[in-house]
Amino acid sequence: MALLELRDIHKTYHLGGETIRALDGVTLDIDPGEFISIIGPSGSGKSTLMHILGCLDSPTSGTLKLDGTMIHDASARQLATIRNKKIGFVFQFFNLLPKLTVRQNVELPMVYSGASNKERRERAMDALRLVNMEDRSKHRPSQLSGGQQQRTAIARALVNDPRIIFADEPTGNLDSNTGEMILQMFDKLQQEGRTVMLVTHDPEIAAVTPRRIEIRDGKIANEIDPKLAGDAPRFEQVSSREAETTP
Amino acid sequence: MNIGTVIQSGIKEIGAHWFRSALTMFGVICGVASLVTMASFVKGKENLLRESLAQTGGLEKITLESEDDLPDYQKHLEGEAKGVTLKDVYALQNGAPLVHTVTPIVNKRYPRVSRRGKGTRVSSLLGTWPSAVELLEHEIEHGRMFNMMEDHLGNNVCVIGTEVRNSLFGEYDEQGQPINPVGEKILINYLPFTIVGMFKEYMSDEDRKKKNEAIARGETISRRNPFSRFRGGDRNARRTQYIYYQKNSTVMVPLNTLVSKLDSSYETGSAMDRKLSEVTMKIHDVSLMSPSLQQVRNVVMRTHKGLEDFEFETQEEFADDINLAIHNERVSGMFIAGICLLVGGIGIVNIMLSSISERVREIGIRKSIGATTLDIFTQIITESVVLAMAGGILGLIVSPILVNTLAGFAEDTTPPVMTSMAMMVAFGFSVLTGSLAGLFPAIKAAKLDPIQALRYD
Ligand SMILES: Nc1ncnc2c1ncn2[C@@H]1O[C@H](COP(=O)(O)OP(=O)(O)O)[C@@H](O)[C@H]1O
Ligand SMILES: [Mg+2]
Repeated sequence: MALLELRDIHKTYHLGGETIRALDGVTLDIDPGEFISIIGPSGSGKSTLMHILGCLDSPTSGTLKLDGTMIHDASARQLATIRNKKIGFVFQFFNLLPKLTVRQNVELPMVYSGASNKERRERAMDALRLVNMEDRSKHRPSQLSGGQQQRTAIARALVNDPRIIFADEPTGNLDSNTGEMILQMFDKLQQEGRTVMLVTHDPEIAAVTPRRIEIRDGKIANEIDPKLAGDAPRFEQVSSREAETTP
Repeated sequence: MNIGTVIQSGIKEIGAHWFRSALTMFGVICGVASLVTMASFVKGKENLLRESLAQTGGLEKITLESEDDLPDYQKHLEGEAKGVTLKDVYALQNGAPLVHTVTPIVNKRYPRVSRRGKGTRVSSLLGTWPSAVELLEHEIEHGRMFNMMEDHLGNNVCVIGTEVRNSLFGEYDEQGQPINPVGEKILINYLPFTIVGMFKEYMSDEDRKKKNEAIARGETISRRNPFSRFRGGDRNARRTQYIYYQKNSTVMVPLNTLVSKLDSSYETGSAMDRKLSEVTMKIHDVSLMSPSLQQVRNVVMRTHKGLEDFEFETQEEFADDINLAIHNERVSGMFIAGICLLVGGIGIVNIMLSSISERVREIGIRKSIGATTLDIFTQIITESVVLAMAGGILGLIVSPILVNTLAGFAEDTTPPVMTSMAMMVAFGFSVLTGSLAGLFPAIKAAKLDPIQALRYD
């Protein structure tokens, strides 16, 4: 059974009489343990898709099944629990809470899942060890470099042992070396058996993942899936041209 | 999410903006402090008024007075009207089981009391029976009350209050000891009387405390006790002071002595028919006020052969006055405190709204990692309540200072009485203010769409 089943997802926005089809009929299955990238130019609907997959947003129409649960039927409370227990997010702008220390930031998901103080501390330190940040646990985000902040964010995404980790342009705010290191970290996590989805406009980054899905104007324009017979060269061509036009 | 963590992070959030928080708390501090202060002054006043009600016999006391003005249909019988007499006293003792301590009183106004050329006019001289001690809430400090035998014989004996002693003998002797005048002779309207007893000095607890402190400091040699004097200040305080003063200025002599020797206006004739100023008694049960009054009326109507030359006076009016005065002060005080708390509450709403608009991103992050709507709501409302509670606690700390300062400024008002009840209520109101003020910002924060919040760059 697929971990995530997306069926004919539409998401439309109405802005001053104009209808924006951010997603226009997306159907997609994600299996446990996959390493996937969603690629496409800016404004193509990648983030919208990730938000829907991550139960942060609900589609205008279409169905989403996560781990056998129809998300359509879930209450806001259940959605929060799903986000808390089954999903980990990593964002372009790190999104750490500036007033909390690194460890407290990593503990935050467990605050909402109701773990004891001791358990919170131990698991937060375990997660920080995974991203080589254990010696910075008492620092505040403002005292860290971008790469360190992103590693903290990854630790936070990992700490409740989610079924899938979504990363929206995780290297977008990092220099290329640091970005490379972050990507290696995701690679390692995937090899340890986790499901990871990268969202990016950069084909070089997308090249890290075996499975690549290209989004254009809210539709799946192209897909490379090693499970099926793929046509990699065309995909590379299209996206590198695209990459030059996007910021 | 556990509540301890929420409160902890609420306190942290307030601490992070301590100056802003302190400004916000100011309104609540004012509200709580003014509530406590108001309640303390009203309570002080209430205690004093209730005390003076008790000092004058309490609600149980009812008085039967002679009334010269007859109702219209009896006007032609005016010559027959004898007013209240000893006949009524005996009739009531036998025929009105709902009342007790029925006591006749003849009140002679402004008699001259003197000793060795030093004289004073006391406000009233009462000719009465020994039961007047119990009836008028007196206590004997030295000597004894005169007895019925002395009344029967019309002996020249009297019992005086401490103010009379102070005027005639001074309060303290050369050794600084209070003077005991029992056994001394004084003149009442130029007739010699022997003092057989003296009442204790009546004063409010507050004045007694002040006096004891003064004594401890060694300020004992004053001819007059300055604390029992009738002083300025507000109306109710004066009223109470006056009641103590009057009570301390009492002179009591046996009824018979007064009637036969001191009052020239009394005609000769049967002692039973002598007109009394009043017959005073107590009822057994205040809740039976109207049946008791009815019973007394029935008995007196019979002895007066239907002539309505008497009327009742109860202390209910005084009690009603007290309740009304307290109620009015409470309402106006609550109004002021309420406005302070309202202003404080608006301050909290304001600060919470600006706080959440600064923290849109934080709220979005929290939601993206699993905070429920309720978690966010709880977080914001907790911050608001913690803020208000901190204000409330500071207000409680400030209020005794405020109460004492105000009491110091207005020396002559009734001393305030702080009660833990008032403090609890005020604190409760601060918590209520915090929860109400936090409600709207908390709902607003909880409703924030996490996507919009995360897009916020
Ligand atoms: N809240 C919104 N209101 C209106 N339009 C929106 C909103 N969110 C996204 N969009 C539009 O939907 C489209 C897809 O956006 P997004 O998913 O952020 O693209 P990407 O992440 O690929 O850059 C864009 O055209 C964007 O302007
Ligand atoms: Mg995007």
